[in-house]
Amino acid sequence: MASLKHLPAVKGAKVLMVGAGGIGCELLKTLALSGFQDIHIIDMDTIEVSNLNRQFLFRQSHVGQSKAKVAREAVLKFRPHISITPYHANVKDSDFNVDFFKQFNVVLNGLDNLDARRHVNRLCLAADVPLIESGTTGFLGQVTVHVKGRTECYECQPKPAPKTYPVCTITSTPSKFVHCIVWAKELLFAKLFGDKNQANDLNVRSSDGASSSKQAEDVFEHRKDEDIEQYGRRIYDHVFGYNIEVALSNEETWKNRNRPKPIYSSEFMPNDLSQQNGSMEKNGAANDISSVSAMASLGMKNPQDVWSLKENSRVFLEALKLFFLKREKEIGNLTFDKDDQLAVEFVTAAANIRAASFGIPLHSLFEAKGIAGNIVHAVATTNAIIAGLIVIEAIKVLKNDTKNYRMTYCLEHPTRKMLLMPVEPFEPNRSCYVCSETPLSLEINTHHAKLRDFVEKIVKAMLGMSLPLIMHGSALLYEIGDDLDEEMVANYAANLDKVLSELPTPVTSGTMLTIEDLQQELSCQINIKHREEFDEEKEPDGMVLSGWTQAPSVVKDDKESIANAGSTSNEPSVEAEKNDEIEIPPEKKRKLSEISEAVYPDLSSVDGDTRNPDKLQVLDDDDELMIFDNWDSVTDKKIRMQ
Amino acid sequence: MDGEELTEQETALYDRQIRVWGAGAQRRLSKAHILVCGITGTIAEFCKNIVLAGVGSLTLVDDRAVTEEALSANFLIPSDENVCAGKTLTELCRDSLKDFNPMVRVSVEKGDLSSFGAEFYSKFDVVVVSCCSFTTKKLINEKCRKLSKRVAFYTVDCRDSCGEIFVDLQHHKYSKQKREETIECELHYPSFEESISIPWKALPRKFSKLYFAMRVIERFEEVEQRKPGELSIADLPAVVKLKKELCVAQSLNESHIPNVLLERLVTDTREFPPVCPIIGGILGQEVIKAISGKGDPLKNFFFFDAMDGKGIIEDVSGKP
Repeated sequence: MASLKHLPAVKGAKVLMVGAGGIGCELLKTLALSGFQDIHIIDMDTIEVSNLNRQFLFRQSHVGQSKAKVAREAVLKFRPHISITPYHANVKDSDFNVDFFKQFNVVLNGLDNLDARRHVNRLCLAADVPLIESGTTGFLGQVTVHVKGRTECYECQPKPAPKTYPVCTITSTPSKFVHCIVWAKELLFAKLFGDKNQANDLNVRSSDGASSSKQAEDVFEHRKDEDIEQYGRRIYDHVFGYNIEVALSNEETWKNRNRPKPIYSSEFMPNDLSQQNGSMEKNGAANDISSVSAMASLGMKNPQDVWSLKENSRVFLEALKLFFLKREKEIGNLTFDKDDQLAVEFVTAAANIRAASFGIPLHSLFEAKGIAGNIVHAVATTNAIIAGLIVIEAIKVLKNDTKNYRMTYCLEHPTRKMLLMPVEPFEPNRSCYVCSETPLSLEINTHHAKLRDFVEKIVKAMLGMSLPLIMHGSALLYEIGDDLDEEMVANYAANLDKVLSELPTPVTSGTMLTIEDLQQELSCQINIKHREEFDEEKEPDGMVLSGWTQAPSVVKDDKESIANAGSTSNEPSVEAEKNDEIEIPPEKKRKLSEISEAVYPDLSSVDGDTRNPDKLQVLDDDDELMIFDNWDSVTDKKIRMQ
Repeated sequence: MDGEELTEQETALYDRQIRVWGAGAQRRLSKAHILVCGITGTIAEFCKNIVLAGVGSLTLVDDRAVTEEALSANFLIPSDENVCAGKTLTELCRDSLKDFNPMVRVSVEKGDLSSFGAEFYSKFDVVVVSCCSFTTKKLINEKCRKLSKRVAFYTVDCRDSCGEIFVDLQHHKYSKQKREETIECELHYPSFEESISIPWKALPRKFSKLYFAMRVIERFEEVEQRKPGELSIADLPAVVKLKKELCVAQSLNESHIPNVLLERLVTDTREFPPVCPIIGGILGQEVIKAISGKGDPLKNFFFFDAMDGKGIIEDVSGKP
């Protein structure tokens, strides 16, 4: 008899779904068909056109509406008598606190970012509610089960860090198209349209860097009464011409590299631009900012086309002009957004011109958009499969069928004949700072580093806390919260600008700090060690946190190949062979069954079957096991540069 | 590549999947015609997947009325009686599917599957059959094979928490990416009948138990002239008896077909809802691979059992 069909457990269950996107739509449908009757669903997003190829509960007419609410309506059409409670909100809102989580029997994640996943993991640990986590990229996917004290938590294993590039590769020696994209998006776009006060490495460092930087600052300023066409050409000539000349003057750099070619706008454009370039009239009627497009005004249609250098130059100048003429109010506050057509056009053109200068192949807007926006490749089938697997695990969790919990990988290429590969969950990592109480250790220069650096780089960026409280013994050094009085706020603000050793309660070598997040009910300890010097290239933050696990570099490489899969119009470049390179640290190999069952796990429990050599195979050769941990979880992070 | 370009509307809608399989594959999908026979929860999942993927057309065949069983794992049938009044199972599914993607033509064909001639099947690039008898499967597979054009043939069955997919791509040429290179490949498939005629003794030692169990059930239904899934626990002794006979005839140790597995398959012949998206998802992916000619297709059986959670490919072609 199929013991999986345990309807009472399913009918009586109250479940929380976080995310109503690709996995979420499939999951909500499958839960409803499987007999679940009380489902709560949180999603802060609204529906977009590019969702419709897989988020099948949504239609064109729903674009702009709440995903959680529309998903509910759609499912009620075929299962009208169940209860679905939607929340059009951020799961990090304070309403969704530990007490809120405690009302559920199981939490099911269908999220697209690391930050929210970590947050939900912590709330599930604090509320002691089992969590089923999932993720997909193209044809790859995985489902994992996290039960406090029994299996590892979501943060027990290292997560791939966002891909980073050395500054000089971006500013001076790009060798791949992605380097040109990073330059166009993070440096040039930010310089021209973003916050002017942000530090920016746009100008190449030359031997006389100090004197030229002052002059260079003025170059990007749009002078009063300066003709916009003139301004555009001045910028063009400066970044693609003059800056390359300056870089070329540094002979050392080019000893073992191909020398780039300076490009000036006069090569492609006669001086009388206005006739050559697009006419504003085509955009004239469009007051809607989202429809302002350089491609449209130049009469270019196909985003799959690779433009010539001349076409890129025209798009560059046209896009720049349109920003100043149509979107002037936003200038100074813009950040790159993959859904901003004009921004994508500008970045594509700028990246291509730079690529041409460095002899790197040019790319289409479609491809450039994928790279610049870190777009996750997504298909309906993988999401459907993953949703089915989530529900199977959810039913096991509700029946407390602990011995049969599995993490399952959905593969593109079969491994030992398997496309769907189940593996026993790992036991908790005893040195995980989230689910165990092991202290972390931080090397930092306590005489130079300010409390602000510590809060931003360690507490927020690395520990993922949003409402932190920092204590030294019983003394409060810092906290964020709604209920603080003015005096405290002023006090904390003053502390932020002090170096650690000069705080009211000085933080020095040997100090043990306690960091808490009241919303996540997470508390951890950090042992401070003073260190004078840090390597600027390798340790750009000027601090080293240990005990907090950074991703192994092979995972990063793999992440990159996925993120860049959009750069070819072929299949994703990920191969099973590559995945085999990913290693699991040896200490992670302990498994639940080994604690209770010594050497050989109890095979008869696996499926109620007699001993089966197939099962043994899966259970005992996990050194071949693959981990692809939520590549998509990190793709919403900006490409960091150090 | 294939001449015509994707429209702006197509590029916007299919953006995320073009990033997976490329614009060329998307164009080939939009020209493909799919026939589906027998509406189940798994088939509903499959149809959703390929309609979202943007195939050219989808034709549904199933003359059954809407029953409670048909409703149990099918999200394409609205519960509103006013909407359902006077419509058949396939018509209701068609209406929901059209709604998923207005760019795909979804239609209904009436009539008996085995009565359709070769000309009918030649209109399609892919034929998927579900919940039909062993004889019908063989018959349709042979009709597809006799056509001058290649028609990809699939069968899919779900019972309890188990699922089986059979694939016949005849001669399939495709390309795949290996590291930076594109490699051209070719595969030859046996027909359904050729495949299941391979002696059990000749199959590898570690082989999916579900393969044998499904053959026992298939034979039982055939001999007893039952409709697919028309079984109950009362049949178990007779099914176990048949298993023993088959094992003796095929010289296979009986332990390869556990009675507990047969018991599950005869007791609960309905689909377990969470298994439908898994089997329907794998099938959708395979059909997309066959149409686009990109990536290794599975050859030639796929099995999933929620009890152990494994999704396994078995090659039953006599050429290991």
